[in-house]
Amino acid sequence: MKLTLRVWRQKNAGAEGAMSTYEVDGISSDMSFLEMLDVLNERLILAGEDPVAFDHDCREGICGACSLVINGDAHGPERTTTCQLHMRSFQDGDTIDIEPWRASAFPVIKDLVVDRSAFDRIIQAGGYVTAPTGSAPEAHATPVPKADADFAFEHAECIGCGACVAACPNGAAMLFTSAKVNHLNVLPQGAPERETRVLDMVAQMDAEGFGGCTLTGECATACPKGIPLVSITGMNKEWLRAARKVGKR
Amino acid sequence: MTDYVNYPTGAPVTDAKAPSGPVHERWDKRRFEAKLVNPANRRKHTIIVVGTGLAGGSAGATLAEQGYHVVQFCYQDSPRRAHSIAAQGGINAAKNYRNDGDSIHRLFYDTVKGGDFRARESNVHRLAQISVEIIDQCVAQGVPFAREYGGLLDTRSFGGVQVSRTFYARGQTGQQLLLGAYQALSRQIAAGNVEMHPRTEMLDLIVVDGRARGIVARDLVTGRVDTYFADAVVLASGGYGNVFYLSTNAMNSNATAVWRAHRRGAYFANPCFTQIHPTCIPRTGDHQSKLTLMSESLRNDGRIWVPKAKGDNRPPNQIPEGERDYYLERIYPSFGNLVPRDIASRAAKNVCDEGRGVGPGGQGVYLDFADAIQRMGRKAVEAKYGNLFDMYQRITDEDPYEVPMRIYPAVHYTMGGLWVDYDLQTTIPGLFAIGEANFSDHGANRLGASALMQGLADGYFVLPATINDYLARNPRQEPVTTEHPDVQKVLAETEDRLNLLLSVDGDRTPDSFHREVGELMWEFCGMARTDAGLRKALERIPQIREEFWRRIKVPGTGEEFNQSLEKANRIVDYLELAELMCLDALHRAESCGGHFREESQTPDGEAARRDDAFGYAAAWEFTGTGEAPVLHKEDLVFEYVHPTQRSYA
Amino acid sequence: MARTMWDSTVGKKTVMAVSGLIMLLYLVAHMIGNLKIYFGAGEFNHYAHWLRTVGEPFMHYEWTLWLIRIVLVVAVVAHATSAYQLSRRDIKARPSKYVHARPRSSYATRTMRWGGVILGLFIVWHLLDLTTGTVHSGGFQEGHPYQNVVDTFSTWYGDVVYIVAMLALGLHIRHGFWSAAQTLGVGSRARDRALKTVANVLALLLTAGFIAVPVGVMTGVVS
Repeated sequence: MKLTLRVWRQKNAGAEGAMSTYEVDGISSDMSFLEMLDVLNERLILAGEDPVAFDHDCREGICGACSLVINGDAHGPERTTTCQLHMRSFQDGDTIDIEPWRASAFPVIKDLVVDRSAFDRIIQAGGYVTAPTGSAPEAHATPVPKADADFAFEHAECIGCGACVAACPNGAAMLFTSAKVNHLNVLPQGAPERETRVLDMVAQMDAEGFGGCTLTGECATACPKGIPLVSITGMNKEWLRAARKVGKR
Repeated sequence: MTDYVNYPTGAPVTDAKAPSGPVHERWDKRRFEAKLVNPANRRKHTIIVVGTGLAGGSAGATLAEQGYHVVQFCYQDSPRRAHSIAAQGGINAAKNYRNDGDSIHRLFYDTVKGGDFRARESNVHRLAQISVEIIDQCVAQGVPFAREYGGLLDTRSFGGVQVSRTFYARGQTGQQLLLGAYQALSRQIAAGNVEMHPRTEMLDLIVVDGRARGIVARDLVTGRVDTYFADAVVLASGGYGNVFYLSTNAMNSNATAVWRAHRRGAYFANPCFTQIHPTCIPRTGDHQSKLTLMSESLRNDGRIWVPKAKGDNRPPNQIPEGERDYYLERIYPSFGNLVPRDIASRAAKNVCDEGRGVGPGGQGVYLDFADAIQRMGRKAVEAKYGNLFDMYQRITDEDPYEVPMRIYPAVHYTMGGLWVDYDLQTTIPGLFAIGEANFSDHGANRLGASALMQGLADGYFVLPATINDYLARNPRQEPVTTEHPDVQKVLAETEDRLNLLLSVDGDRTPDSFHREVGELMWEFCGMARTDAGLRKALERIPQIREEFWRRIKVPGTGEEFNQSLEKANRIVDYLELAELMCLDALHRAESCGGHFREESQTPDGEAARRDDAFGYAAAWEFTGTGEAPVLHKEDLVFEYVHPTQRSYA
Repeated sequence: MARTMWDSTVGKKTVMAVSGLIMLLYLVAHMIGNLKIYFGAGEFNHYAHWLRTVGEPFMHYEWTLWLIRIVLVVAVVAHATSAYQLSRRDIKARPSKYVHARPRSSYATRTMRWGGVILGLFIVWHLLDLTTGTVHSGGFQEGHPYQNVVDTFSTWYGDVVYIVAMLALGLHIRHGFWSAAQTLGVGSRARDRALKTVANVLALLLTAGFIAVPVGVMTGVVS
C-alpha cells in the first residue's frame, strides 16, 4: 500500500503546530497503524529529520498509552485502540490525517504526545478504596452479587486512554470519571467512601478544566473498551445522592 | 571473546537472611528478628521506588502507608500504564476455596517443581503463604474478580497444576490488580506521602560508600538529567525480555535500571532463564514490532494440533481427524494441553522444526476450539474467551470460532534478574529488587498466574517488612548531595553516554540494531540452545556493539522529548546484557525449565537436568564491558521438595 | 448544598434539567390552553380570563398567574445562566478544532445552544407581542387575546417567527428531555428506549400543538 499521511507536528508545548505531509510506501495490510508509523519514523531518522513522536507502549490494547486522532476519529475508524488498528482498515492511496488528542486539559507535549496527568489527579481525588495493606478481611467475608461484580468489572475496564475527552466536543472527562465512580460505588468495599468519592472526583474533574457533559454520546462511541454512555447517568445519580446526603450532614 | 568465556569463579554467595528451621516458620521468624523503625522516625527516611507495576505500585503505596517518604518513578506518562497491566490469565492463591486438595504446601510444591528445582525453598514457601493475603487485600481494594452466582469468588485451573486456584477478572486480571495498586498509590500521592515522577527514566544508580543512595534519572519531557537521593533504593523495573526485540513485553519495557545496578555492583542471577510462552499470535512479517500473547487459559478448552504429514498445506477444516496430531495429548496423556509453558513451547518448536508447522513460514500450530464449541456451545465459549477471540480476530483477521487459531511461542517473562537475598536485597546494601526485576522465586520456569502473585507478594508484604530491618540498622546515613564526587562521576558518565549517542551521527537507526541483536538472541539463545550456537552469538555480540557505537544515528538533542534517544540508550544496555545471557546459557550445560540445551536431553527428547553439577543459582559479578564476569554460585538446598525429573506424562 | 450544586458542572446541569422540566410542564399546559382557540373567541377569552382568577377566593386576582410567571422567570434565568456558563466552559475546554473535521458533528450540542438562543429571543418577542402588546401588529387589545392572536398570525413574519421557534422548541425538547433524565440519573439501559420515545412524542405533540394555532389562522379556520 502507498499512503499519504498528514501529521500534526509541534516541536513542544509552547510552539505552534501544523500539519506536515509525508508519503509512505510498502505498507502491508497486516501492519498495525503504529507499525506503519514506525516505517515512517525509520525513514525520517535516516533522512536526518525528526521522527514523529507518539505515545505507545503495550501495543496490545490495554495500557492506554496510544492516543491518535485518525481522520477525525479518536483511535481511528474501528472501535479499538490505535495500536490494535490494522492497515487493512485503509485503502491503497488513502490520505490519512493524524492529530493528537485535543483538549485544554490535555496540553500537547510534542507532535502527537499529550499530557494526560489530569486523569491521574482525578483518581487521586477519590478513585480508590481506603484499604491499607494488611487491613483486609478474608476475601469471602463479604459476598458480592455476581451482577454487581460484573457491573463493576465493565466499568473497571477503562484504560484511561482519554479517547472520550478527545472525541467530546466539550472536552469533557465525564465518561472516564464515571467509569471509576461506577466501578467502586457499586461494590460493598467502596460503599463507605461512596459520597466523598463522587463529589471529590467530579470537583477535581472540573478543576482540571474539562468541559461539561451535553450528552452527545461521542465519548461512548469512541471508547475502545465500550464503557456505555449510561455510565454518566449512573454517576449523575450518585452525585445527586451524595450532594443531598452531604448537605444534610 | 575467548577472554569473555573464560570467566573466573569467585566466592559462593549465601543467602544470609533466610532463617533456618521448619520452612513454614521461616517467614514469621524473619519478621520477628527484623528490626523495626519507630513510626515517628519513618517520615525521616526517603525510599526511591523505580517502576509502578504490580511490585512497584504496591510497594510504593504500602511503604507510604507505613509512613516513609517515597519518591517514585516510571517512564510511562502515568503509573497506571506499567506493563503488569497486560497480564491476562490470573493470580494463584492457595485459598482452597474449591476444596480440591489445595494447600499452601501444595502451591509451594508446585512452584518449586514447576521451576525445575532452581528456586529457593524458603522464598517459594513464603510466596505461597502470602498468596492468600493478596486475594484478601485486592478484594478489599475493590478489584472486580470474577464471581459465582452465590457472590463468592470464582477460580479456574491454569497450566501446570491440577487444582483450581487461579483467581481472575475475565482476561484482564493484570489490569485489574494493577489498577488496585495504582489506586492505592494514588491515594498516597494525594496525601503527599509519595512524590511521583512520571515520564522519568532511571539511567543509573548512585552508590556512595558502598550503599545505594539514589539514582540518576532523565525527565523524558524536558530531557533534564537529574539526581535523586534516598536512604534505600527499590528497583521494580520489570524483566528484560525485550532483549529479544520481539516479545510480549511493552515496547518501552527495558533493562536499563537493572543493568545499570548490575554495573554498579549488584550481581545478576540466572540471566539465561527466559520463559517462552506457548500461546502467542505468530508473527506476520518483518514489520512486526511486538508479539501478542493469548492467555494460557485458552489451553483449558482448546486443543493443540498440527497435521501428521509434513508440508500439509490444506486449510485446517479440510484435514480429517485421523490426519491430525494432537501432540501434547499424545506425548503427555495425563496433563495433555495443560503441560507447563516450557514444555508446551518446546513441543511446538519441535513439530515446527519437523516441518509440520502451519501458517506463514510454518511457524505456528493450531489451537482448536471446535470440540469446545460442540461440547459447551458457542455461547459458553464466548462468555469465557470472548475478549481473547475478538483480540485474535482483530490482529489476524481470522475468525477463531470458525477457523482454529494459530499460535507460536514467544518470549514472555524472564525468571532471571538481580540476585537478592531473602530480604530481597541485592549485593549492594540498600538496593532492593522486587517483582520480575529479581530472580528469586520462579527458578528456571514460572508457572502460569504466578507472576502477579510474586509481584504483589513482594510489594505489599515482603519488602515493606524487610526494608525496615535495613533502615533500622542504618538509621543515620550521611546526607548526600550532587556535589559529592561519586555522584558527580555517575552524573558525568550518564551525560557523556547520552552525548555520545547523539554525536555519532551514523547511518543506522536504533531499531535496526535492536532487531539485529534480538534476532541473534532468538536464534541462539531462544527455545533451544547449543554450545556452538551460543559461542557464535558471543562472538557476534561484541561486533554488533562495536558497530553500534560507530553507526548509530540518533536525531535531535538531549534537551527535548526524544524517543530515539531513549531507545538508543536502552539498546546500549541490551548489547551488554545479551552477552551475559549467552554466557550464562553457555556455562549452564544442562537443560532445566526454560533453559534447554540440546546437548542435555533424555533419549526421548525431554530436558535432562544435572543437579549434581548445576544445582545452584548463578550470580554474575560485573567487571567491565566485554570483560569476563565473575561467577558466584549459590547452592540450592532442597529439604522439602526433592528434585526429581519433572514428569507431566 | 446550593453551593455544591452551583459550583459543579454536574450540579449546574441539574439546575438546567430541573428548570427545563418546569418549563416543559408549563408548555404542556400552555399548548392545551392554546388549542382552545379552535372553540371560538368566547371560550378562548373566557379561558384567558380564568387564568387570572385561578385560586380565588384564596388568591387575589392574578396572584396565581404572577406566581407562575415568577417561577417561570426564575426557571428561564437559571436555565439560561447555567447554559451560558456551561457553554463558555465547554468552549474553553476544547479551544482548538481538529483539522480533519468529521462529517457527523455534534448535532445535539449545536441544536441545544443555537436552539436555546433562538428560543430566548422568541420568548422576548412573544411577551412583547401578546402579553404587553408593545410590538403587536394592529392594535393590541387588553383582555381580548383571541383577536390579538389572530392579528399576530395574520402577518407573514408573525407566522414565520412563530413556526421557526416552535421547530427549534421541538428539537430542544427532543434532546433536552432525554438529557434531563440522564442528568437526574433516572436513565438506564433498560429505560433508554422508553425515555427517547417519550422525548420524541413530547417534542412532536408540543410542536404540532403550538403550530396548530398559526396554521388555524392561516387557513382561516380561526379568524
